[in-house]
Amino acid sequence: MTPILRKLLLTVLGWIVALVIAFPVIWMVLTSFKSETEAISRVPHLFAHLSLTNYVAVQERAKYLHFAWNSVIVSFGSTLLALLLAIPAAYAMAFLPTPRTRGTLLWMLSTKMMPSVGVLVPVYLLFRDAGLLDTRVGLVLVDALGILPVVVWMLYTFFKEVPREVLEAGRMDGAGPLREVYNLLLPLSMPGIVSTSLLAVILTWNEAFWSLTLTTSKAAPLTAFIASFSSPEGLFYAKLSAASTMAIAPILVLGWAGQRQLVRGLTFGAVK
Amino acid sequence: MFRHLDRVLGALLAALYLCAPATRAQTILTIATVNNGDMVVMQRLSAEFERQHPDIKLDWVVLEENILRQKTTTDAATHGGQYDVVTIGPLEAPIWGRRGWLLPLEGRLAPAYEVDDLLKPIRDAASDRGHLYALPFYAESSLTYYRKDLFAAAGLHMPAQPTYQDIARFAKALHNPAKGTYGVCLRGKPGWGENMAFVSTVVNTFGGRWFDEGWSPQLDSPEWHNAISTYVDLLQKYGPPGSSSNGFNESLTLFENGRCGMWIDATVAAGTLSDSKQSLVANTVGFAPAPTAVTPRGAQWLWFWGLGVPSATRHPEAAAAFVQWATSKEYIRLVADRYGWPAVPPGTRHSTYEQPQYLVSAPFAGLVYRSILAADPLSPTLKPVPYTGIQCIVLPAFPTIGNQVGQLIAAVLVGNMTLDDGLHKAQAATQRVVQRMGVER
Amino acid sequence: MTTAQANTAEALGLQQRSSSPRARLLTLPAVVLLLLWSVLPLIVTLWFSFRRYNLMNPGHTGFDGLGNYRYLFSDPGLGMAVWNTVLLLGSVLVITIGVGTLIALLLDQEFYGRGFARVLMLAPFFVMPTVSALLWKNMMMHPDNGFLAFLMRSVGLKPIDWFAVAPLTSIIIIVSWEWLPFAVLTLLTAIQSLDAERKEAARMDGAGPIAMFRYIIWPHLGRAVAATTMIETIFILGIFAEIYVTSSGGPGFASTNLSFLIYRYVLMEYDIGGAAVAGLLAIVLANVLAFFLLRSFARNLDT
Repeated sequence: MTPILRKLLLTVLGWIVALVIAFPVIWMVLTSFKSETEAISRVPHLFAHLSLTNYVAVQERAKYLHFAWNSVIVSFGSTLLALLLAIPAAYAMAFLPTPRTRGTLLWMLSTKMMPSVGVLVPVYLLFRDAGLLDTRVGLVLVDALGILPVVVWMLYTFFKEVPREVLEAGRMDGAGPLREVYNLLLPLSMPGIVSTSLLAVILTWNEAFWSLTLTTSKAAPLTAFIASFSSPEGLFYAKLSAASTMAIAPILVLGWAGQRQLVRGLTFGAVK
Repeated sequence: MFRHLDRVLGALLAALYLCAPATRAQTILTIATVNNGDMVVMQRLSAEFERQHPDIKLDWVVLEENILRQKTTTDAATHGGQYDVVTIGPLEAPIWGRRGWLLPLEGRLAPAYEVDDLLKPIRDAASDRGHLYALPFYAESSLTYYRKDLFAAAGLHMPAQPTYQDIARFAKALHNPAKGTYGVCLRGKPGWGENMAFVSTVVNTFGGRWFDEGWSPQLDSPEWHNAISTYVDLLQKYGPPGSSSNGFNESLTLFENGRCGMWIDATVAAGTLSDSKQSLVANTVGFAPAPTAVTPRGAQWLWFWGLGVPSATRHPEAAAAFVQWATSKEYIRLVADRYGWPAVPPGTRHSTYEQPQYLVSAPFAGLVYRSILAADPLSPTLKPVPYTGIQCIVLPAFPTIGNQVGQLIAAVLVGNMTLDDGLHKAQAATQRVVQRMGVER
Repeated sequence: MTTAQANTAEALGLQQRSSSPRARLLTLPAVVLLLLWSVLPLIVTLWFSFRRYNLMNPGHTGFDGLGNYRYLFSDPGLGMAVWNTVLLLGSVLVITIGVGTLIALLLDQEFYGRGFARVLMLAPFFVMPTVSALLWKNMMMHPDNGFLAFLMRSVGLKPIDWFAVAPLTSIIIIVSWEWLPFAVLTLLTAIQSLDAERKEAARMDGAGPIAMFRYIIWPHLGRAVAATTMIETIFILGIFAEIYVTSSGGPGFASTNLSFLIYRYVLMEYDIGGAAVAGLLAIVLANVLAFFLLRSFARNLDT
């Protein structure tokens, strides 16, 4: 097989696989531009009468920007909060390890395995009494705690890759521990931090349980926006598709823009 | 990026600060409602209410029915106070009312509200021990929808009161899957408010009941057996594919796209099906009462969506003003002015059915009116029962029972279980839940 | 103790018995918050598990002994739910890692428009679970107007009624689709971090593609596989939205997993006492799985 032929074959194969995987999303976006009748047709129309009607209808009914802004604040806010808590913890685990470090790490991860719906009532009561129901602060807190174990663990694997000698050299130059982290460790593990943050933003953006149960309107993010369009009386596939497209568009754009970072960063310490 | 850490931190703090709720002198009412078409209209028209009450601002929480129910129930039970107005049905109004989660409304109504204009079965269903806990926004019973064109082509004639035998005969004649038309569409998606709403009416009309007078479950009785076997037979032989995931929405979509010869479901679909903007069968849809078998009693259901005021609200006066406005004659007229008579919320007031324009423009109106008036939630079955409610028993345990039995019937429908096995398990499940939760309202 | 000392101690193989104060101080905020967030609810859950507590019956509360335990363990759907939980997790892990490895190998090859193909493959990861569930249920798997039904009809087959015939399989397909991009990403990163020189050397030695994968690439993927397993396990154990939106756990209990069972107890039946017992059971199950899954990978996770 000549190299060119091989590359052509790989191109065909690669594109088929990519299109098959992305197809449902592409199909949803296409459906969002169709009329309701075309959307439910048994024989799919690919590009018949595309229009923006559904988007107008969706926007008319719900303040998309209000929900989207809440999603942005909550996902970025909780990611930042998780980073603030996780950086010192991961630093300590990576550079000041104790016999308990591994146990602590595994314990942190195991807290994520408790099904959140099981503790809904206690958390709801707590939030009610603390006045945190339907506040972005409350949701930022919950989502940050939800993502914290994963963030700590990922940062830990990245920090472990940073050669100790570099940090020690910095210390010889008289850098205090804070300087050491700030000037040396963070810049050195930046790709890892960026990919961790991206992952955290994506996961909190998609978090649907707490964001639906602990908010009503002021702090309601895009998951609630979707819940107001799913299964009304009559299915309205096309409008639902439009609302869904609007809900995933920001994170899709962010994810695609940051995909190089993601690919470079998700090493989990594999680069030695 | 991290050279600007301080700035990032500043931005974070600023963002958190922004989260603090803004306070205003205005009264803000938070209204929780379902995302059905009639409620979307209400949300749109509520600007009119805000104009009449400049000191009240409305904040809408519009959600899919099940999520809405979960959120409002959690909030009511924990006195969370998140909502000033909640949209509730015949199951919540009396039960929540008895628990003190809702404010009784009868004392707060203005004389112009004309509470006697509300249909009696609906008022009964929204009350407990003489107190009214929800004002009905719209109400529904069930109907048989059929395709007049397909009936004519097959030489069939829909009688004034069809029976389930008729339905089976028609379904057989109309079923043509090769052309994408199925004999009959029915709810199959499990859930107390989905398949069980319909199944309960079939059981009722076959003479069955959920419990006898001593609260002993009756799901392994011959009446249940006949009812479920009729239902399963209809769907397995003449139903659309995927029946076990079809609820109201899916069936409506199928019917309005011309895929069903018949469909037995909520009267509220009549308006949508007759609207040529949404329905391909607007000109060919026919209406008949829900089918009967042994007895007409309980053959058609009764449901309403009403507006209630949680007792944890901080604005009872404003909330009471809003629920009255949204369920008033004035509101119905407003909808008629803006969107035409067929679009008005049906089933709540006698006066709606005294409007000649309504009766003319909505050919199904008279049938809906008669169906609702014929439904008696206080005496739903042929044999005596200790409960009230036709397709949803007013009992805190009912959602649990309904969901579990609904799942078993769906399993029978897809053939995972035999009919006898399914009913036997359903009987055991009902027994088990009743033992745990009791039968007190 | 200073870091330098700690390093020396470690270099000499001296394990400290007590953790260093600074390390403790730095991990403290995260640990305390997570403790509050996990242990407090756990205690409350334990408390609820012995009490009669249904949101709809506020008058009937009180100590109930083992009543909730008896009720849950007599739930006809429980055994199936536990089994489904394991089956769902295992299948999704095998599918995402298996197919993910193949796709990662493909993406490691040069071809035209590779960057854009990679971008396309990432798409499912950014879709909210509820949206992907609605999308698959209504537009892909619907037996009448779904795209898959259209495909099957066009080749003369009878469309599959996915959620009636194979409910759990359908859920597995949806969840695998959601998590495939994540597996591809981590595996691709790992493959690309492999020295070109080692691959070249192996090729020189006459290793075919299969031997190359078996002896060079696969051993190198251990850590990526462990990381993917870890993160996917955490999220997949808690899955209920996809089930709730598509099959409501049925028909019967065919697609109910433990998370959905708890969801049903809490938000459909408002049975907090019963849910508490189910929650405890879920924690036990998670820890058993964690023990087998994570411990076996543990050596890949640090070093």
